[in-house]
Amino acid sequence: MSQAWLLRRLLGVVPLLLAISVLLFTIVHLAPGGPTDVYADNPSVTPQALAEIRIAYGLDQPLPVQYLRWASAMARGVWGYSIRTGRPVTTEIAERLPASLLLGGTALALSALLALPIGILSAALRRTAVDRVLTLVSFAGISVPVFWLALMLQLLFSIHWTLLPAAGYETIGDTGVLDHLRHLAMPAAVLSLATIANWSRFLRGSLVDALQQDYVRTAYAKGHGTAGVIVHHALRNALLPVVTIISLDLASLISGAIITETVFAWPGIGRLFVESMDARDYPVLMGLMMLGSLALVLANLCADLVYTLIDPRIRYE
Amino acid sequence: MSERAASPAINGDAAPGAAAAQPQSRGRSFLRRLLRAAPARVSLGFLLLLAATVILVPLCSPYAYDQQDLDLIGQPAAPDGAHWFGTDTLGEDSLTRVFYGGRISLCVGLASALVATLLGTAIGALAGFFGGRVDQWLMRGTDVVLSIPLLPLVLLLSGMFRPGLGSLVLAIGGLTWMATARIVRGQVLSLRELEFVDAARALGAGNGRLILRHILPNAVGPITVSATLAVGSSILLESALSFLGFGVQPPTPTWGNLLNAASPWIGTAPWLALPPGLMIFATVLAVNCLGDALRDALEPKD
Repeated sequence: MSQAWLLRRLLGVVPLLLAISVLLFTIVHLAPGGPTDVYADNPSVTPQALAEIRIAYGLDQPLPVQYLRWASAMARGVWGYSIRTGRPVTTEIAERLPASLLLGGTALALSALLALPIGILSAALRRTAVDRVLTLVSFAGISVPVFWLALMLQLLFSIHWTLLPAAGYETIGDTGVLDHLRHLAMPAAVLSLATIANWSRFLRGSLVDALQQDYVRTAYAKGHGTAGVIVHHALRNALLPVVTIISLDLASLISGAIITETVFAWPGIGRLFVESMDARDYPVLMGLMMLGSLALVLANLCADLVYTLIDPRIRYE
Repeated sequence: MSERAASPAINGDAAPGAAAAQPQSRGRSFLRRLLRAAPARVSLGFLLLLAATVILVPLCSPYAYDQQDLDLIGQPAAPDGAHWFGTDTLGEDSLTRVFYGGRISLCVGLASALVATLLGTAIGALAGFFGGRVDQWLMRGTDVVLSIPLLPLVLLLSGMFRPGLGSLVLAIGGLTWMATARIVRGQVLSLRELEFVDAARALGAGNGRLILRHILPNAVGPITVSATLAVGSSILLESALSFLGFGVQPPTPTWGNLLNAASPWIGTAPWLALPPGLMIFATVLAVNCLGDALRDALEPKD
């Protein structure tokens, strides 16, 4: 892989992020109501005082100027203050990030551990009863509404059998690993279900395609068994399209599982997003959106890099 | 049915003036291929039954969707002979609301998928046909929209603008067209190089006619598949929005906001949460199975 390509690809991220930030900035400024609207009905705030507030916050400037100021501040890491709590947006997000990373990381590990064998099994036993059942189950996995699944799990495991805590991050006063695991079990299962289903289905598809190639027939002819052919010959080629899907899901796992965190009252950035929505806390919302977009853009970049590792034939010029 | 119309179009350019009986038998063989697998048959049957039910529910149900039984207000009531799925906290009949909710959820899902498909097809066709600058800019725009996490963006939009049904459809459709655009672009890129396009151009067809009458009809298969899958994901997205409280607002029921209303009562009145979730699940599963069967029927692989 040429270094010039890597440099160009990295530089390409910058205009993409700029375009995203323009889009988000425009959307937020199209919203009805502005930051000074809370004072509009207050009789003790004179029009003159209102004008002074607008000047103090730079709201009298033309929109492009406001955007440039905001964008350069974002680039310098000054993300503004939360309207809800008055604390810096970066502090708010940094506080919630570890919980999201724990949940997302667990779900990621679960997905990779389960999707790989399921996909391989399904492809190796294609058009058998096992394959049909696995396919149907993975269709169910991508079709089930996660919030409903979460509610049903709570109903079964927390209310009916009282095995697991219904929600939350930890029992107050209990910092043991077991307690964390018990809280983590249901959210991680719910969050990873869709990705397990999706990844294994994709892997099955591309593996079935790979198994029809000539080099696979050659490998069989040389006397390899099915397992050997799949692991040593077909899998590497079949993983390529799967990497794209994984990179797309990776970002959404990391950047916060809004629904899962909401249902299970998990104190991550997905929950922070919904709380900020309720309070119309635009600085936090903008920070989270930019962070999520950054994660997505970087994940795509990583996918491109991983391609070249898996398949040496791919060269970017 | 659209499937029947789709099949002749795929082969349309091969023999445009063929005998009238020809498309009929092609349509039939397509349907036979589509319904070969049991899941596809079950899915189609379920969706037709569901459509009939939600269309006929005003005639069949003894209750209106916002009709309150004043004796049952306050707590959810358990299912009984008068209210088969029980009643919610406002004393409204749960069964009636589930099927009325199905009307809204299905309509929003279908309409959003239609918007996404039209938009994606238009953008993909323009990019693929004209290439060069047009292609570059359109695909860069697609990359930008793809790089913003979908659910937060839709939440942000609907939280800010509190949309009605129409603008909700536009928001969902307007943010989910990218996959279709990429697929259509790829199709058009390869189709525009084929000889029949040159032939049509030589006969004096303009760009618009080339795209609409000659190229796109040959891409109907992949477009149909991605439109079908878009219906499923739109239904899921709408229900997620409504579940979080930022989609369709009560008293208009949708499967999502019915679950939102039921979730605080999950311990005491689980019968309220079960039916709407099962309906979303079954509907999206059926749509996805049908989309998969469509793909197999349209692009025979092995």
